[in-house]
Amino acid sequence: MISMNLLLILAETAEATTSSGKSVLLLTVFVLAIFIGFEIITKIPPTLHTPLMSGSNAISGISLIGALISAGAGNDVLSRVLGCIAVILATMNVVGGFWVTHRMLDMFRRKD
Amino acid sequence: MTVDQIDLVYLIAAVLFVVGLKGLTKPRTAVRGNFLGALAMLIAVVVTLVSQKFDFTLIIVGLLVGSVLGTIMAVRIQMTAMPQLVALFNGFGGGASVLVAGANLMSASPSEMTTENLVATALSGFIGAVTFSGSLIAFAKLQELKFVKDIRFPGQQVLNAVLMLACLGLGYLFVDGPESTWKFWVVVLLALGLGKFLVISIGGADMPVVIALLNSYSGLAAAATGFVLSNNVLIVAGSLVGASGLILTRIMCKAMNRSLANVIFGKLQPSEEGASADEVYTNVKSTSADEVAMLLDVSRRVVIVPGYGMAVAQAQHAVSDLTDLLTSKGIEVEFGIHPVAGRMPGHMNVLLAEADIDYEMLKEMDEINTTIEQADMAIVLGANDVVNPLARTDPKSPIAGMPIIDVDKARTVVVIKRSLSPGFAGIPNPLFSADNALMLFGDGRKAIVEIINAVQEG
Repeated sequence: MISMNLLLILAETAEATTSSGKSVLLLTVFVLAIFIGFEIITKIPPTLHTPLMSGSNAISGISLIGALISAGAGNDVLSRVLGCIAVILATMNVVGGFWVTHRMLDMFRRKD
Repeated sequence: MTVDQIDLVYLIAAVLFVVGLKGLTKPRTAVRGNFLGALAMLIAVVVTLVSQKFDFTLIIVGLLVGSVLGTIMAVRIQMTAMPQLVALFNGFGGGASVLVAGANLMSASPSEMTTENLVATALSGFIGAVTFSGSLIAFAKLQELKFVKDIRFPGQQVLNAVLMLACLGLGYLFVDGPESTWKFWVVVLLALGLGKFLVISIGGADMPVVIALLNSYSGLAAAATGFVLSNNVLIVAGSLVGASGLILTRIMCKAMNRSLANVIFGKLQPSEEGASADEVYTNVKSTSADEVAMLLDVSRRVVIVPGYGMAVAQAQHAVSDLTDLLTSKGIEVEFGIHPVAGRMPGHMNVLLAEADIDYEMLKEMDEINTTIEQADMAIVLGANDVVNPLARTDPKSPIAGMPIIDVDKARTVVVIKRSLSPGFAGIPNPLFSADNALMLFGDGRKAIVEIINAVQEG
């Protein structure tokens, strides 16, 4: 299982992230995660194309983390307001995305 | 919590994202995969909220408003409108990335940010803005909003190239002298324009590629934001989505036998030498629901090939009724699904699932093509280019080499269509005047209902 090995490397790298050479480590995480993405998503039955897209789309709403930090701890009013708008956008993305994916998957499951 | 503890929890979330995404690729584990993804998100959000002292007012407002709006959209959306919704959510993700990078820039003192951080900020703004405006345009086109027209003008590619170069140049200047943060916002502005002009000229049948690509971009934008904040979970989740979107994009391009560059920058042009509609349609035979019912009566195996027209006519429930009726008469019914049928990857599968059609009956193109010669009847419902035999026979045709569903090899083909108008590729379809083809003109849903009635009476 290549993907599992990659995952282990990723886990070690992620933990080792310190201030020295940090950006290289972040880049390492990025590259490895891309590879994991390619590894785990190999054969997708067409039935799941749409749910995979909307589900992964919800995951990309992870910017919500950054948005929360900006909205709650920004240094000035403007950056907090921008953060708040970002929270709204990202939350719609996350909540709506996971929910609608579940709705779709539920339809697929009915006949099982 | 210490920074280490927080990072460890983020790591758990990242692992759950990986496992969840993997689950989404198999029917048996998809529901759990989606659930794990949502759980990972919840964990990441909660640990962020307890990680430092926050002023919670704006956070709560944002979370509440976003949750309510997101839930309303997810619950009320019609399955036929799913492509629009996915496009819209893509755009929201991209927009959030831009705003986070911008807010972070204003909050920190730019001169103290490292070069890597500034590069990430510029990238996050750029990719996020292209995703945002591109997705909104895709949404508007799919929703068929009137104010968005197909704009094509000479020099469009040049304009795109200029916008791209301007973004690169300004991005460089911004990283070089970050004190003047306006440069960041100008990059964002230019990127918004770029996203708009890239998507606005892309036609409907190419939408599956565009949506998959924008999906990938929204992930990459989140990953870039992760570099801005030096946050691993953003990087991992974002790049996973980036990778999965790219894979889907490649599948879609393959299904059209076109390169990504050709989809984005090119346009299907009817070739000059191709036969005109008048030359092709010399042998078109119009049929009636009664005749189709009589043919069905002596059929043992029927293959239904749906296209975007089925979505437009909202015919999926009628198709489901017809399927049940035929099955009850002992006729074997299967569906041949072309990968790019519809407006997004998997569009037809979602609609047929909504109408309670067993997904065991849905066959992929390659599978159905091996057995279609034994079909007594193929019913083409609102599909055109994906069943055009010119793709096989005419190397000069704009769709030459595109894999198609070989409905013309079935004993009889019934094409349900409003008129003989060409599909997206703008070329006539010789299938319509083939010896074994019958045209049933009319609205897709009405036609199916008429067939159902005729079969029941006969």
